Amino acid sequence: MELILPFLIGILFSASLYLILHRHFFKLILGLILFGLATNLFLFVIGRLTRGGSAIIGQDERVATEPFADPVPQALLLTAIVIGFGIQAFAIVLIKRVYQSFGTTDLDDMNTTDQIEEKH
Amino acid sequence: MNHLLIMLPLLIPLFGAILSLFSWRYVRAQQVIGILAQAFMLIASFLLLFDVNDNGIRTTQMGSWPAPFGISLVADLFSSMMVITSSIIGMAIYLFSIKGLDKARQTFGYYPVLLILQMGVSGACLTGDLFNLFVWFEVLLICCFVLIALGGTKPQLEGAIKYVTINFLASGFLLTGIGVVYGILGSLNLAELAVLVRTPVSHPALITMAGMFFLIAFGIKAAIFPLFFWLPASYHTPPIAISAFIAGMLTKVGMYALIRLFTLVFVTDQELTIPLFTVLAGFTMVIGVFGAASQNDFRKILSFHIVSQIGYMLMGLALFTPLAIAGSVYFIIHNILVKTNLFLISGVVAHNRGTFALKKLGGVYLQHPFLSVLFFISAFSLAGIPPFSGFWGKFMLAKAGFEIDSFVIVLVSLAVSLITIFSMTKIWNEVFWKNKPETDPLDDVVTAREKKDNRLLHLPVLFLVMFILFIGVYAEPVVSMAQLAAEQLLNSELYINAVLKK
Repeated sequence: MELILPFLIGILFSASLYLILHRHFFKLILGLILFGLATNLFLFVIGRLTRGGSAIIGQDERVATEPFADPVPQALLLTAIVIGFGIQAFAIVLIKRVYQSFGTTDLDDMNTTDQIEEKH
Repeated sequence: MNHLLIMLPLLIPLFGAILSLFSWRYVRAQQVIGILAQAFMLIASFLLLFDVNDNGIRTTQMGSWPAPFGISLVADLFSSMMVITSSIIGMAIYLFSIKGLDKARQTFGYYPVLLILQMGVSGACLTGDLFNLFVWFEVLLICCFVLIALGGTKPQLEGAIKYVTINFLASGFLLTGIGVVYGILGSLNLAELAVLVRTPVSHPALITMAGMFFLIAFGIKAAIFPLFFWLPASYHTPPIAISAFIAGMLTKVGMYALIRLFTLVFVTDQELTIPLFTVLAGFTMVIGVFGAASQNDFRKILSFHIVSQIGYMLMGLALFTPLAIAGSVYFIIHNILVKTNLFLISGVVAHNRGTFALKKLGGVYLQHPFLSVLFFISAFSLAGIPPFSGFWGKFMLAKAGFEIDSFVIVLVSLAVSLITIFSMTKIWNEVFWKNKPETDPLDDVVTAREKKDNRLLHLPVLFLVMFILFIGVYAEPVVSMAQLAAEQLLNSELYINAVLKK
């Protein structure tokens, strides 16, 4: 498992960046979602994968019994998933609005705000 | 009482936002709640600043968990100065919005979202926990997303799509960096991290790598070269009340986080970071100011100048002496006020004339001499002409550079100042000085009602100019406070001891 996951994360990161660099709106959405997934998975793996119980201290113990999984990365992960979910939802609605008002699915058409106004 | 003081900059906007949400249908009530919340914010942040100034770094623990385990809130001088500046411009923006923003946007949740955004800014400045910093950044980012897209005009949507995508990536990098830091050091509390990196660790190179994740993440948010392209593409699209707050505050919060992390935690590999920052600072200044020089739109010139000014703030971090960091702190405070004010002035001009294009503007000096004087003060502050505020920031940075013989970056910064004067003169000539271009005579009809609005629009500008003049002409207390803030930033023991209660 520890060998597969880094490769999986790498593939997810590269695929998401590749998709974000695409011109099509839908691939942008997919790219954003995959990028969120990749960061979350990375956060999960870097907190060390431990086969063990939960970090709950028993009634008559002073510390949790080893081995236990580190709860902090899991807490971070949960927060990050929720935040990522919200932002992705916003991004999808935004992209839908952009599609509706511009009538295009090509990001290359989105260059008017970068242009310098012509001299009148 | 002290705990409450640190919490107030978070609680006031939160409760203000909740109350405004409850009075969703009554815009007038939202305005009153907003102004009251801003007034309380101002008072609370002034009290916090005085408290921190008198008693040193203040901390509090969320849920009373002791320091490395719970989430700490830490108010040192730098963070309380950020909070107070944020509440000053928040007040100005609220005063401006009442008349300066269209009714449709006001009824659609503008006031509560702006309050939550302010809460995010205060949170990001006051937190003492790395992951919590990420969460606050997400709070303020999602508010920015909403504000930039609010109203849904074509340019706004276009700006928003760029802003959302690049900032989503930046947050991903930030989260990855946090993961790396936790993986190596096993803690997220900034004070404990500062202790851990100063003890010999097994992988110093990995910490530098984690630092680079943070540099990229906050570099995008602060619009550092070469990561700034989203800024001039999106900041000028929303209505001026929104872009003034975002342009004034947001990049500086990114800069705040960079300064905080690279003075407290990522200090182990300065042979790498200092030359890197120096190069980045130089390029950021130069590219930003040249970008501004080529633009013909009031707001776009100002947007590119944000990039250029970020370079100065980074320059302080690159020089890394107490005086240079103090210069950065002062410069950040000065720049938030001045930049917001310039945006507001562009908004007042556009309110009268209905355009931001320099070619279509002109003759504002004849019609509104008072506004022109206010612009003149702000523009000269931005360029750094004594006795206005920008001069002191640049003076501190240049002096710090000469003291450690970094002549190149100082010369670059001084040259950039000259070009800044050039673009400010360009705005002055085109908007205020030259004759009004021939237009449809119907455009000139300004009704009495609009004239009255206009006077109210001057109020926030005047409010900010007062502060700009204060920190410029009577700079001594602010400069000495910035120097104290720099001392606190560079003597990490103060921060560590305050949080971990050693």
